[in-house]
Amino acid sequence: ELTSYKSFVEQACIVHFLISFSPSRNEDLKEMLESNKESLKLEAMKRVVGLIAKGKNASELFPAVVKNVASKNIELKKLVYVYLVRYAEEQQDLALLSISTFQRALKDPNQLIRASALRVLSSIRVPIIVPIMMLAIKEAASDMSPYVRKTSAHAIQKLYSLDQDQKELLIEVIEKLLKDKSTLVAGSVVMAFEEVCPDRIDLIHKNYRKLCNLLVDVEEWGQVVIISMLTRYARTQFTSPWKEDGVFDEHNERAFYESDEEKTRDETEAKPYMMDPDHRLLLRNTKPLLQSRNTAVVMSVAQLYWHLAPKNEVSIVTKSLVRLLRSHREVQYIVLQNIATMSIQRKGMFEPYMKSFYVRSTDATHIKSLKLEILTSLANEANISTILREFQTYVKSQDKQFAAGTIQAIGRCATNISEVTDTCLNGLVLLLSNRDETVVAESVVVIRKLLQIQPTQHSDIIKHMAKLFDNITVPMARASILWLMGEYCERVPKIAPDVLRKMAKSFTSEEDIVKLQTVNLAAKLYLTNSKQTKLLTQYILNLGKYDQNYDIRDRTRFIRQLIVPNDKNGALSKYAHRILLAPKPAPVLESAYKDRDRYQLGTLSHTINTKASGYLELSDWPAVAPDQSVRNVEVIEPTVKSKPAKSSDDKFYSDSGEEEEKGSGSSSSEDGSSSSSSEESGSDAESHVQKNSSQTSEESDKSSSQSEKSSSESDSEKKERKTKTPLQKKTIFNEESWTYVTKQQHTKTIFVNVINQHSVLQTFSYSHWSTLCVSLFTQLCPLSLAFPLQLSGPAFVPEKSHDLLHRMTGKGLSAQYQFPRQPCLYQPTMVSVQISLTNTTDHPLEQIHIGDRSPTGLNIHCFNTIECLEPEASVTVFMGIDFNDSTQAANFQLCTKEDHFSVSIQPAIGELLLPITMTELDFRKEQGKLLGMNESSATITMAAENMTSQPISRPVATVANLGMVPSSQDNVHRFAGKTANSGAVVLVTVELRGESTALITINTEKSVMGSMLLRDLKLALAQA
Amino acid sequence: MIHSLFLVNSSGDIFLEKHWKSVVSRSVCDYFFEAQERASEPENVPPVIPTPHHYLISVLRHRIYFVAVIQSEVPPLFVIEFLHRVVDTFQDYFGVCTEAAIKDNVVVVYELLEEMLDNGFPLATESNILKELIKPPTILRTVVNTITGSTNVGEQLPTGQLSVVPWRRTGVKYTNNEAYFDVVEEIDAIIDKSGSTITAEIQGVIDACVKLTGMPDLTLSFMNPRLLDDVSFHPCVRFKRWEAERILSFIPPDGNFRLLSYHVSCQNLVAIPVYVKHNITFREGSSQGRFELTLGPKQTMGKGLEAVLISSQLPRGVLNTNLNPSQGTYNFDPVTKLLSWDVGKINPQKLPSLKGSMSLQAGASKPDENPTINIQFKIQQSALSGLKVNRLDMYGEKYKPFKGIKYMTKAGKFQTKGLLRGRAWDLKN
Repeated sequence: ELTSYKSFVEQACIVHFLISFSPSRNEDLKEMLESNKESLKLEAMKRVVGLIAKGKNASELFPAVVKNVASKNIELKKLVYVYLVRYAEEQQDLALLSISTFQRALKDPNQLIRASALRVLSSIRVPIIVPIMMLAIKEAASDMSPYVRKTSAHAIQKLYSLDQDQKELLIEVIEKLLKDKSTLVAGSVVMAFEEVCPDRIDLIHKNYRKLCNLLVDVEEWGQVVIISMLTRYARTQFTSPWKEDGVFDEHNERAFYESDEEKTRDETEAKPYMMDPDHRLLLRNTKPLLQSRNTAVVMSVAQLYWHLAPKNEVSIVTKSLVRLLRSHREVQYIVLQNIATMSIQRKGMFEPYMKSFYVRSTDATHIKSLKLEILTSLANEANISTILREFQTYVKSQDKQFAAGTIQAIGRCATNISEVTDTCLNGLVLLLSNRDETVVAESVVVIRKLLQIQPTQHSDIIKHMAKLFDNITVPMARASILWLMGEYCERVPKIAPDVLRKMAKSFTSEEDIVKLQTVNLAAKLYLTNSKQTKLLTQYILNLGKYDQNYDIRDRTRFIRQLIVPNDKNGALSKYAHRILLAPKPAPVLESAYKDRDRYQLGTLSHTINTKASGYLELSDWPAVAPDQSVRNVEVIEPTVKSKPAKSSDDKFYSDSGEEEEKGSGSSSSEDGSSSSSSEESGSDAESHVQKNSSQTSEESDKSSSQSEKSSSESDSEKKERKTKTPLQKKTIFNEESWTYVTKQQHTKTIFVNVINQHSVLQTFSYSHWSTLCVSLFTQLCPLSLAFPLQLSGPAFVPEKSHDLLHRMTGKGLSAQYQFPRQPCLYQPTMVSVQISLTNTTDHPLEQIHIGDRSPTGLNIHCFNTIECLEPEASVTVFMGIDFNDSTQAANFQLCTKEDHFSVSIQPAIGELLLPITMTELDFRKEQGKLLGMNESSATITMAAENMTSQPISRPVATVANLGMVPSSQDNVHRFAGKTANSGAVVLVTVELRGESTALITINTEKSVMGSMLLRDLKLALAQA
Repeated sequence: MIHSLFLVNSSGDIFLEKHWKSVVSRSVCDYFFEAQERASEPENVPPVIPTPHHYLISVLRHRIYFVAVIQSEVPPLFVIEFLHRVVDTFQDYFGVCTEAAIKDNVVVVYELLEEMLDNGFPLATESNILKELIKPPTILRTVVNTITGSTNVGEQLPTGQLSVVPWRRTGVKYTNNEAYFDVVEEIDAIIDKSGSTITAEIQGVIDACVKLTGMPDLTLSFMNPRLLDDVSFHPCVRFKRWEAERILSFIPPDGNFRLLSYHVSCQNLVAIPVYVKHNITFREGSSQGRFELTLGPKQTMGKGLEAVLISSQLPRGVLNTNLNPSQGTYNFDPVTKLLSWDVGKINPQKLPSLKGSMSLQAGASKPDENPTINIQFKIQQSALSGLKVNRLDMYGEKYKPFKGIKYMTKAGKFQTKGLLRGRAWDLKN
């Protein structure tokens, strides 16, 4: 037994040995992955990841790995994810096996698990699962957790790169996520926006201010993306801030913007520049980010200021940019590049920090040359001596490439600043005796350029160079000297032929470039001084004729034909002098960073100075700013009517009065604004007095014309009459065939305030009316045997109207709505809404109608299209809306011929009811059925003046459209109604207890409505 | 954004690759190797290299190139900053960021990279969040893991990522509550041979090590905040408060972090704590040169200079040196021509010097340049700018923490130029 065991062990060893050295070494990994032991699997996965990291192929393990995707061990699972994302593209069919695991995880209650599932699912680049991904993204975009929503924003980009056809659907998701208020999401969704639909600027409008305000709290990477997007956005939406403050500019950049300025000068003078507040908001909110520790954020703010800020504000970024120079070498490189571009246009920005750009011997070569570049740009008359002194030390640097760069920089300084041209030239001549070839060569080249630019007498420099000629070996330098000799041969008539003589001797051993210049020199001398040089020239031309280089042979042939007169080519050689010795334009020594700012600063394109793929062009400022109001967020604050001269408001005294009320929020009941309520009252005379008094006071304030007044007067009279009693009203719509329309808006529960506006007179009128109804009903009641939920007329119609569309937003069309509390004629389940439309523009508005609505299933009975609404005219229409017994807002579009305005109506809970009449007995019976869950009650403290029965019914009726039920007890008041849509009974009991307390009880099967109604009632009664 | 990442060592081998989108062939790095060959020094490889289909953005740290492959327009600093963040994280996790450390911890590296980027866009870069997700390897944990088969991936989910203060994890507990702040200043200067300052500036940082229980809210105030000319903050610092009151108010991250970096603006007022006198002469025709260097303290506010190290790149013509240090050790590398002298502590009574001769290449012409001398030093217990922390207060928690503040000054890029200036050219100004 022992021996057999031994042999088994031996065999096992051999097998193991073979496995580990066999070509398919991954076999053992496969075995480990398929084992039952978690630790073995993990070990195997770690080794697999090691293979992936080294770039080795581990794709044949796919089946074995994918089995572990649902593992409980988190690390194992994560490593499987890593593997899956890496190889899914190659093994698409097998990858599909894992999808269900992720789909399950997408429903996990833990947000982090949902997020990670979406992350991996969207990273698997398998086209077949595009629909699944799309679905998952949509779902995640409305997830409760902002972290999951962030992940979905990332997934958008992944899906887009996998399948571009999904663009439209993805844009919808982006639009939704852009509205998100979480700082976690903002950066990621803007990234998705930039990737998928950067041209859809319109999606940004509504979110612009939100993004500006969130910016400081967004994580740093998101900040970079948002800032660069907002830079582009701002350049399309705001006008240029640069024209007005041209005064602050330095003269050199003035020149740069001259063309701009000239174009717009007239315009500017006519209208002073006012910065859009949104433009200012962006500048203000990005400024603190200059203090970020993240260099990319600082740079992006700097570029934003560069591209967007008024010229005199840009310099606040200087300090921060200079601070970045302390960072890593790579950061320095990018920042210096951007500073180089900036400093060309605006020296002033960086001049105080000149010393920060001094080169250190430890700097990398590309950093050194960038610093040189900047120092050269910063040089001016005042600091040139300091800079030149610094440059002199650089020339002696061991880094010869850098030394050569310095010499070029000196050349640029010499051309830019005429005061130092001679000094520089002399200095460069001194460098000619330098021991280093590169330095000498570069000096010669730069001197040549300088001499060309300065065509004054510099023959001594040329002579000096001729003397040094023998010692100079660098071909470019030799060629440059030869060219100079030829060009200025008339200034050095004795030396030039001698140089040519020397060259003739050494011609064959020279470099090509030197040979070409020798031929040139010979030709020029032949033309100017043929007596001395004829033979030399011919000799050189002969040498050139047989040169190995075809370029030189060609040149020689050309020159010979040109200068040596013979019979055939007389025509051209006449012009030889003019051809060869034409005055030549001086080379321009300018920075490589000039005009780099055609690319947005801080971008990759700016760095590489070519357009990188995916680069988004920064547009020019628009001449006229696009509509600013597009950035207004939908909720329009109720405008406090503080400004006079709002002609639209003049027409309805009720409106203006109420708006005042709304603004002040006062609770005084008997002030001038009560005019609004007078319409209801029976005593017309008194109300008219009130109205007139308020009108006159208004008139004195207002600048609108008298005629306008009178026309509006008649309008409002009409309306008054119409709203006087429901009965009358009905006839009016019949007569004029007005249509019922329904609408919604954000009602600010102002009902409470309305109460205060009603005079005692009015109270009389409606209570009188309702008792009349009820008594009529009670008389009729015995006749109808079945207990009916008999509708009654409204106990009270509040005159409160709400803004549906403000005239500013509606481009002159203003709309207000109120609830007339009438059963809707079109469908009993609808709530009727009365809308007053007014045209405040100076041209007629045509075809006013209702457009798209949301939710799409919303049941609205629209009013007939109003063909034409004259200027200053107004019209009242009715519509019906089925709110489905909820206070959810009904959103729809109010359209004119040209425009669409999104509006919404949000009803108060009390408006969803219709009053019913019933006897006390029936009331109690109904109440008995609606106990327990269906009952909600509250005890409140009431003010003493509310303790009589009439004032109790008044606030109740104001809050809710309920009918009064006759009561046998003095201290108990009952009200009944039903919901418009479902017809559920709503019973309200107010029981007065003792001095000032009251118990409100509401019985209804719609318990949500019940509690909302209770809240409103509490508020109304307690406040009253 | 970031498509792929390749890690390249100094000998030009790719030893790690990671792809966030579809796989990019490693042959894209050939463009990088080309640039690497062209560059004379490792630092001279340009950070941004365009190739026909991609752009390579690289950073060099710890002699490793981190090469990111980019496919379309992205702010280059975005990538560079991120790559540096990656290196910082590795350093934080493994203590050192070397090829060996990365190879040993390849799984952790991969897990980290996976968490740090999603589809090439940075996801979690806060070290606190990462440490909750993936625990840093320690010797003990490695041993335990091998025995028990447990993992170094955090079991609990990183709640920090979801909170308003993503830099701090929740539920921190310590028995000793302590908060230490190190004010470290670096002086950068270029001094000319005569000893006058060409440029000098002070950059400082405040590094913190905060180990406090719960959610402490700290405020740190300075005696002389006006000294701080330009500052950048850790995201935890409330900027508004600083703007208004010049007080640092923050909920600190847990553990080590850099609270603040600042720049002191006093272009000419910087006290230079050390002086160097050096005299290097070569005689024409002779194969010997003389070398003399002395240094001493200048304005150190009574504190001693420590860890002084002198280095200089001697001209190419120098074959060897025969020098005598009065203290410390010196070393001359005949290949790179780099002279370095580890001086140690400077005793003001007995100034250190390095004297001797240099042998030059026979027949070579006289080296034309006096070399630049780089100096490193440290001064303990003093911040050169005079910045002083006034007080540190804690709100939001009941216990009394132990507080400590330390000051130090270091030489940053501090060099003395070997040339007299303004000699050659006659300048009018």
